[in-house]
Amino acid sequence: MSRLKTLVANERGTPPLAGGHALCQGCGIPVVVRTVLDSIATPKVVVGATGCLEVATTRFPGTAWNVPWMHVAFENAAAVASGIEAAYRALARRGALPQDDPITFVVFAGDGGTYDIGLQALSGALERGHRFLFVCYDNQAYMNTGIQRSGATPLGASTTTTPAGLESLGKMQRRKDMTAIAAAHRIPFVGQAAASHWYDLSRKVEQAVAAGGPAFLNVLSDCPLGWGHEPKLFKSVLDLAVETRLWPLYEVVDGSYRITYLPKRRVPVTEWLALQARFTHLQRPDAEKIVAEIQRRVDEDWDRLLRRASSDAAATEVS
Amino acid sequence: MASVRTARLLTGSEAVANAMRQIDPDVVPIYPITPQTPIIERFTRFVADGETSTEIVNVESEHSAMSAAVGSALAGARTMTATSSQGLALMVEVIYIAAGMRAPIVMAVGNRALSAPINIHGDHSDGYLARDSGAIQLFAENAQEAYDLMVMAPRIAEHPDVLLPVLVGQDGFTITHSAEPVELLPDEAVRAFVGEYRIPAPLLDLSAPRSQGMFAMPDYYFELRHQIAAAMERAREVIEEVAAEYEELSGRRLSALEEYRLEDAERALVCMGSTAGTVKDVVDELRAEGERVGLLEVRSFRPLPIERIRAACSGCSEVAVLDRADTPGGVGALHAECAAILCGSRARVRGHVYGLGGRDLSPAEIRAVFAGAAPRYVGLRSAS
Repeated sequence: MSRLKTLVANERGTPPLAGGHALCQGCGIPVVVRTVLDSIATPKVVVGATGCLEVATTRFPGTAWNVPWMHVAFENAAAVASGIEAAYRALARRGALPQDDPITFVVFAGDGGTYDIGLQALSGALERGHRFLFVCYDNQAYMNTGIQRSGATPLGASTTTTPAGLESLGKMQRRKDMTAIAAAHRIPFVGQAAASHWYDLSRKVEQAVAAGGPAFLNVLSDCPLGWGHEPKLFKSVLDLAVETRLWPLYEVVDGSYRITYLPKRRVPVTEWLALQARFTHLQRPDAEKIVAEIQRRVDEDWDRLLRRASSDAAATEVS
Repeated sequence: MASVRTARLLTGSEAVANAMRQIDPDVVPIYPITPQTPIIERFTRFVADGETSTEIVNVESEHSAMSAAVGSALAGARTMTATSSQGLALMVEVIYIAAGMRAPIVMAVGNRALSAPINIHGDHSDGYLARDSGAIQLFAENAQEAYDLMVMAPRIAEHPDVLLPVLVGQDGFTITHSAEPVELLPDEAVRAFVGEYRIPAPLLDLSAPRSQGMFAMPDYYFELRHQIAAAMERAREVIEEVAAEYEELSGRRLSALEEYRLEDAERALVCMGSTAGTVKDVVDELRAEGERVGLLEVRSFRPLPIERIRAACSGCSEVAVLDRADTPGGVGALHAECAAILCGSRARVRGHVYGLGGRDLSPAEIRAVFAGAAPRYVGLRSAS
């Protein structure tokens, strides 16, 4: 069966995440969740960090989840998953659980619950080697609490805690490279994907689950409210993040970098900025330097990634 | 019981680690902190030598230890951990959640002072920090009791009418690091006593997918949180049931409240933990001198045996309550609660704070407390 047919088939009957939840129109999160879960053939158990996905899908007494789902707090999703996975191993070893149908453990956390407050628990869990897939839906700010700056917020973005103003051009720091941080844990699979590129995401999920150890996926997901774009521009705004090379799609398998999508032409980052109200202030004359800086850093990061991937590919050929 | 018993010389930590070995929990997330560390060190050696089949999770913080414990316990695996002081402080957020999600985790606590200044010795400040979390909190008087309570704890935590975390406290260093004769039950007896781990809705039951740890607004939060209070009320009875059953097995009765020579006492002292041992000696001395004094040893801080405290003090004219933790700007927690419980009785209730950061409470100071001659802060050097 083709990948698309498999995904559609898995959505039929009892989809892992049902409709009727309260996520916004044009939000990338449910697209990420469904693509991820529908790409996994085994039974799944889901752990969620506090955030939009948790709040919008599990208001008591209702739930949108048709798979076992657990939320404990904001900063500890990876630790909770560690405990569940340890319990699974202990019970399976004692014959208290059927072993023929392995469970895949999937964590969903936003960028706050991954880059910032959740980083320590995530790092510990990756280092310990728990068998689980951690998916960060990265929408580049604390959207659930109302668009506050996070470690994932890009340079120049106006947020409610780094507002653009007469003396301010928004956030003045670069976002941290969380995908590289995850890769530095030398786990079997790390991937960077986008909600707009379902095929690429689905393939990475399949690979991550088969990797036989901890896996990390950083998935760019839009937020119409926080980014300031029309909900219908969901795909365009994410596509442009990829096409401008601001958000490269790549994977790190056993330490080896591979770019999984090569944009055909150089699209200036201003095209991506122009779609979003959070960057409107960058059209001011005094923002020229920042815009140039954003472009310079995008190019620099891309070139570094390209070099890394080329040398890893060459090394693979030699060996 | 007629069988011959043999006591071994064990510290409180070793005693508790042995209880854990005998219980053989499925999962134990661990993170080191003084004075609890010997518990997890001894226990991981048992695991390394194949004496238990426990899955150890060496987490990167106490916050993650309690988080992993919640995941594991609700996944369907018997889960235990241990901590002290700053570690417990770091866990407190998740202890509240563990209670709210009804995770029957058993945790050994080596009770220790909180920073600053940093200090590694015993007091009850850490336990008090988790007072309102919804976790059951028991305090041992000595290493034997630490062992006994640890064996009883899974039965209390996992009881279908309770389903709450249980913290088994032992005073840092005074108990955790002091060797005493401790009588261990046979391994099989402990295993049979604790039985199989069963919870109503294990997450790993794929046949009935459930959402756990959901979001509740004002329309449901109050009711859900109140279920903890209701479970705590039921826990009073469960603790006594388990204590009675444990007494049959061990010959030792560990009730929520121990009344020591209170029958005709005019003056009573209320305290928790290792201090109770010293107070018992002082009570014996004073009784020998003809004084009508007695002790109420609170073993269950949560749930607090309210009715039994009231009944036990019914004949007393003076009750002195010792808190081994301070409440700056307020009234000591145990003092305030005893005062509320005894409101309307004929007893005059006094409160004292003592022993912060591991300072010993001497028999002479206990005598002064009984005599009504001790200051509010017992054992505090004057500023001069």
